[in-house]
Amino acid sequence: MKANNTLGLIMFPAFDWAISRSHPEREERLLYTQDQLLEEGIEDIEGIEFFNPGMATFHDVNRVHFCFPDAKSLLTESHLIAAGGVIRAFDAVLDGETDKAFALVRPPGHHAQRVVYGDRGFCIINIEAVGLEYARQRYGDIRVAIVDTDCHHGDGTEDIYWNDPDTLFISFHQDGRTLYPGTGDIDELGGPGAFGYNVNIPLPPNTGDAGFHYILENTVLPILEEYKPDMIINSAGQDNHYTDPLTNMNFSAQGYAVLNERLNPDIAVLEGGYSIQGALPYVNTGIILAMAGLDYSGVVEPDYHLGKWRQSDRVTEQVRKISEQVNERWSRREELAEREYGSRQSVTRRRQVYYDTAGIMELQVQEFKVCRECPGVNTIHSYNDLGASMAGVTIPRKACHACREEGYRLFEQAAATKKSFLQDLSRDEYKVLR
Amino acid sequence: MIIGIDMGGTHIDGAAIEEGVLVASVKHQVDHTDYFASIWRCLKDLLRHVDKHAVERIHLSTTISTNAIVEGRLSNVALILQSGPGLKWHFERMGDHIIHLSGSVDHRGILVRDLDMRELDETRERLLKSPVEALAVVTKFSTRNPEFEQRIRKYFEGDYDEITVGHTLSGKLNFPRRVRTAYLNAAVSRTFMKFAESMREALLRSSVNAPVYVLKADGGTVDLDGAMLKPVETILSGPAASFMGMRALLDDEQSDRVLIDVGGTTTDMFFLVDGVPVFEPLGIEIDGRRTLVRALFSQSIGIGGDSHVRFEEGILKIGPRREGLPVAFGGESLTPTDALVYLGKLDAQYREKSRNAVEHMAAESGFDAMALAEMIVMRMCDEIQSAIERVLNKLNESPVYTIEELLRDRTIRPQAVEVIGGPAASLSGYLEEAIGLPVLCPEHHEIANAIGAALAKPTIEINMIADTGREMMSIPERGLYQPIDRTFNLREAEEFALSEVREAGKSLGLKKKQLDVEIVESSSFNMVQGYGRRVDRNIRVRAQIKPGLLEKLRKSD
Repeated sequence: MKANNTLGLIMFPAFDWAISRSHPEREERLLYTQDQLLEEGIEDIEGIEFFNPGMATFHDVNRVHFCFPDAKSLLTESHLIAAGGVIRAFDAVLDGETDKAFALVRPPGHHAQRVVYGDRGFCIINIEAVGLEYARQRYGDIRVAIVDTDCHHGDGTEDIYWNDPDTLFISFHQDGRTLYPGTGDIDELGGPGAFGYNVNIPLPPNTGDAGFHYILENTVLPILEEYKPDMIINSAGQDNHYTDPLTNMNFSAQGYAVLNERLNPDIAVLEGGYSIQGALPYVNTGIILAMAGLDYSGVVEPDYHLGKWRQSDRVTEQVRKISEQVNERWSRREELAEREYGSRQSVTRRRQVYYDTAGIMELQVQEFKVCRECPGVNTIHSYNDLGASMAGVTIPRKACHACREEGYRLFEQAAATKKSFLQDLSRDEYKVLR
Repeated sequence: MIIGIDMGGTHIDGAAIEEGVLVASVKHQVDHTDYFASIWRCLKDLLRHVDKHAVERIHLSTTISTNAIVEGRLSNVALILQSGPGLKWHFERMGDHIIHLSGSVDHRGILVRDLDMRELDETRERLLKSPVEALAVVTKFSTRNPEFEQRIRKYFEGDYDEITVGHTLSGKLNFPRRVRTAYLNAAVSRTFMKFAESMREALLRSSVNAPVYVLKADGGTVDLDGAMLKPVETILSGPAASFMGMRALLDDEQSDRVLIDVGGTTTDMFFLVDGVPVFEPLGIEIDGRRTLVRALFSQSIGIGGDSHVRFEEGILKIGPRREGLPVAFGGESLTPTDALVYLGKLDAQYREKSRNAVEHMAAESGFDAMALAEMIVMRMCDEIQSAIERVLNKLNESPVYTIEELLRDRTIRPQAVEVIGGPAASLSGYLEEAIGLPVLCPEHHEIANAIGAALAKPTIEINMIADTGREMMSIPERGLYQPIDRTFNLREAEEFALSEVREAGKSLGLKKKQLDVEIVESSSFNMVQGYGRRVDRNIRVRAQIKPGLLEKLRKSD
């Protein structure tokens, strides 16, 4: 058997790491997936290659995050290896070793925001973002669309790329009013430098294959068509599955496979998904076959029964409406940005961020400088209920001279009163003061 | 006394070893019209030099099954498959009868869909009208639960002499390989059976009262009864015999090493990590078919002492073709062997003719003859060196699944190279230069394969899986599938696995001191159903008899 697209698999189940003994993010999570892939003979398919992950460095992490007090004390090796697996996926594709790559690694990362005090939603660092920013420093400009197909809103990825016009973020997820983390509203559209390039598609509980495919065909693919990314990344959570214990959606392995065939991502990264026996073995097999361009029609869960998981007419109608609303915002994004930010010098955003796994509440004030030349420098002032406070300044990769100077000035100003971090993505330099 | 016989493509070698000392050896030509007669002639010749009543065991490395497969002399097999949901493999070159039955098992061994008895009845009716001689039955995930395979075998019992069921062949997961392995096993069964019976009769007639063991591709042996049940395990044992020979002839330092066997047409390479051989992760490939037959990892390149040397558009080429013997030994085409003769490193039968051939090519290509001879030998060594490097890169990329393994970073860094084969001794200086490592070349290397066959010991590997949620355990290689307690734990599992390996070793005639058993892998996963209501364990243990030699070869004084 020969793959039509060569595919690199970074399969790293981390059989010796868990958040805790019976936590969903435990050693067993990818055990049955690995069994299934082995039994199917995936490794004997010509054109599918297995790669070991490397280890991301703290420098790779600091490009994306302000880790408080520092990366070393928050992260375990498993986090650096999961991010290293994504880096390996980027290298495989961008060095031309394989056409596509799938990082089947754990723990996941899409709930990790720019500021990190601890674990949120089983994530500490955003492994896609760490991989992508590594790739941009190594391979140059890449215009990327990240499509988050996890059932939970990818609030971490949204936060990191909130103001980056070179990264289109599309997340479809179970409506935040019914599920963790609660965000992901249709009107969260992005910062002043990238307004409209953050696309949230909240779906009603019990959405089935038909609903996901409707959104894909009528909203996601047309937006991608217009955005014309150099690369598509699937942030491939698998908890929309009908057997998932934490969510309420009705997606199937066939549904996931069709989605990946149509979306045609260059890189997929495993995110959530905790139905480790009933879903993951089949969903992962389906995604791998779809990415390799092979026949996936035989990949069906043993207990799958279409009639049981077909979505109701009411859900179909709700999905159609959401699709329309999102499309409208996308097509009017420039007009809306002008109305929202047109005459302003800077934009301030205040939010609360809850770290459910670590049990920390954070308050954030974020300031985006509006610049005509570049996406603009931005600053975060953050406090948490354990009494910590910090500031972080991000100078974007394509910062203009004035914004870079401004960034260094803001950094030094902040450092006079509290621990401060600087990310200068334009020079790939990261600093901490105090 | 142990007798070892290794049948290769052209030669059949025999060695008799008494208390670790080589007491006799013979070399014969293989008669390709009668393999059994070839072996018997060699054995009888050897027995002339020793006391046949002193023979304790006879070890055979044969090409009986290999040749049957490569030459296509296979029984007419019907494949009965339960592929269940998943990937759709198309099985080619597996006979004309591939029957798909419904019914499936999942990754935990849970029966998902039952067998359909009506389908079975129809299949039986159809098959009995066909020329099918044997059956191979394979269910996806049968190693996790062999029930369907066993029921199908029982159903067809009596209809066919050979019914191979997949789960008995290997405990490893890989459905397409299991299918091919089961097919080949059923297909060579008759040929091997005939050979084994002839062997037994002949020994009985000559009143040689010693058990026969057959060499496997993993460098171990299996008794004749075992080989008759799983004849597919006897394929491609030749390279393993050479490998074991090298282990017997050289010191057994616990370091990383490369072992090279320079043959006429090909050069085979093996690898040792801390003195332990590297195995194929799943199994060996034969005739383009990937199997689950456990095997030493080896890499073969198309260059050897008899490889055809020529210039193509001004570029020196060696191999991969072989055009008969070297000029030095009566052939027509120039070979690396002739280059070594020219350099004074090797004796020849037709020295002048060989020298002339080198000089002739030198004149034609405008080289100095000495320079050409050196260039040929150095090129050959360079190709061996770059093959070693390629393989090491690949082996060092082998997948790991735990943080501990990833951080340990066990990169293979060879400390020395061991080389055997016809031109081995004469090549070693050049190899040393090309590879940059000490090259060792043992005595008796010309019959290393027969010595290796003689000193190989039985190997057994088992893959155990225990699931306290289902309260079942399975050791497919031992045909075990039985209930366990909910409290069954990793320690008990390891003990049980080791005792099973010991048991299997004893039944293969291993003595207590040779029963060196070990756990190769073992892990226990907490299984949490739903949200933390009940925690069970999924336990996986791989155990084996440590691969190695029955005894070391001692120098005869």
